[in-house]
Amino acid sequence: MTAEPQPAFIRRHIRADERRNGAGGERVRAERRLGWMLCAPALTVMVGVTAYPLLRAVWLSLYSYRLTDPAGKHFVGLRNYAVVLTDHLWWSDVLTTVVITAVTVAVELVVGFAFATVMHRIVFGRRLIRTSILVPYGIITVVAAFGWRYAFALDTGFVDHVFGLGHFAWFGHRSSALAVIILAEIWKTTPFISLLLLAGLAQVPAELLEAAEVDGATKAQRLFRVTLPSMKAAIMVALLFRTLDAYRIFDTVFVTTNGANGTETVSFLAYRQTITRTALGLGSAVSVLLFASVVLIAAVFVKGFGVDLARARGER
Amino acid sequence: MAARLGRILGPVLIVVWTVVPLLWLLSLSLKGGDHINDGRFWPTSPTLHNYRTVFRTDLFTSALRNSIGISLIATVLSVALATLAAYAIARLDFPGKKLILSVALAIAMFPTISLVGPLFDIWRSVGLYDTWPGLVIPYLSFTLPLSIWTLAAFFREIPWEMEQAAQVDGATPWQAFRKVIVPLAAPGVFTAAILTFFFAWNDFVFGISLTSTGRARTVPAALAFFTGASQFEQPTAAIAAAAVVVTIPVVAIVLAFQRRIVAGLTSGAVKG
Repeated sequence: MTAEPQPAFIRRHIRADERRNGAGGERVRAERRLGWMLCAPALTVMVGVTAYPLLRAVWLSLYSYRLTDPAGKHFVGLRNYAVVLTDHLWWSDVLTTVVITAVTVAVELVVGFAFATVMHRIVFGRRLIRTSILVPYGIITVVAAFGWRYAFALDTGFVDHVFGLGHFAWFGHRSSALAVIILAEIWKTTPFISLLLLAGLAQVPAELLEAAEVDGATKAQRLFRVTLPSMKAAIMVALLFRTLDAYRIFDTVFVTTNGANGTETVSFLAYRQTITRTALGLGSAVSVLLFASVVLIAAVFVKGFGVDLARARGER
Repeated sequence: MAARLGRILGPVLIVVWTVVPLLWLLSLSLKGGDHINDGRFWPTSPTLHNYRTVFRTDLFTSALRNSIGISLIATVLSVALATLAAYAIARLDFPGKKLILSVALAIAMFPTISLVGPLFDIWRSVGLYDTWPGLVIPYLSFTLPLSIWTLAAFFREIPWEMEQAAQVDGATPWQAFRKVIVPLAAPGVFTAAILTFFFAWNDFVFGISLTSTGRARTVPAALAFFTGASQFEQPTAAIAAAAVVVTIPVVAIVLAFQRRIVAGLTSGAVKG
């Protein structure tokens, strides 16, 4: 963020102020002080609840420590990381999480773009469509997950019955259980992506599209050569936010399968180790690795794809 | 012709897509004990029995109280703190502005589950485990980023010169603030409040990890531990009824404020 260029008379005024009051100037210093004072409470809460526990997680991850056996706590160095990274379960959970993330985000991008196009063109019932698309966004993830679980369950479900699938146990196989989880995620979070893409669509210059049409560009050419390139910023931001969000998936897995049949995700593993097993040492190692992978994904997006977040989020 | 069909079919498909899962929960909640496993989408003989069960269950009523109280407190505090910070970011010139926005962005992407272990440990030793503040505090830190970004984007658009103009026209500073600035800033503040409320209302990770009893357990967490009217009854229909109850406020808010929510979610998302 660069300061907006100030009119010359203000710059002169500040310089005169600096001459009178020494470097910085009384007014400039007062403004800085006020700025920091107003931001301090929010910053304290944000950093206090994240930075300190994160450091503590790093510290705990170097110990063998179970809450049920506080006396047995001892320093083990990086051994917890070695245990996690050489365990088959960790890699299986990483694979599950990556599959869920990749499929969810890919499908959402396509469906979300279709939704955005519909919303962009709609003339009548605009309000109704936007309202209905916001419901999945607002609904509690756990509530939606229960809905999907009961819809596909062997006893209470209607899916097998209505679609004539006999007694197919959706949650009995890894692939079909993952399919239900992915469907639940897609339903819940497509609205968010489609609203971001809708805002992106609104930014596509109409003259450009008209010019392309006049020059004889086909529909597909207009989409791939004009519309999508002009929406690049919106698409990348939507992708980044949804990828990071999908990678943290926890609620839906907890409710639908409780991690059974190879549907456990990295977040679920961290929860199970720290809270269920109260193995804070090992669990913290998983948590730190989860955090590291999120940082890695964000870095790939920002450095690799050049997502300019400050600009994309409206910073000038 | 095809384009025309798409124009009608598209919106219909969207509504079907969003509404069917909701209708399913509603219909499940209206099914009586014998019909719960009948494999049908619609209830054959609708009954409100499940709703009566749910409101007679302490686990649910206390969770509902906790959810409403905690979410509202978190919303008010978060928006108040975010308003101060966003005002400073939008209006004042001071070094570190960029740092604050970057910190906020980093926290918005934070995997919350990574903090659950250490927070669980810390909260137990300082007495915040299983209390309202024990949930309000993490909700604050994870909703502040979105609130600050949204509000800063809104505040930048406010024509602040109008405040001085009003004072030139004879208004007192308080009147100028109250009659000119507050009405202009209110929509942004309100939008941030809705998004914050949704986050707190939706949270599950902190809800199950940092609570253990009806003292502070919120609805999403309580649902995961729900048993029906008796320990031997499948809680399916009761959970469906509870699910419908907690979805009503969401639908009401969305119906009333859809434009503000859309504005908040996309605020500045594609500018520049």
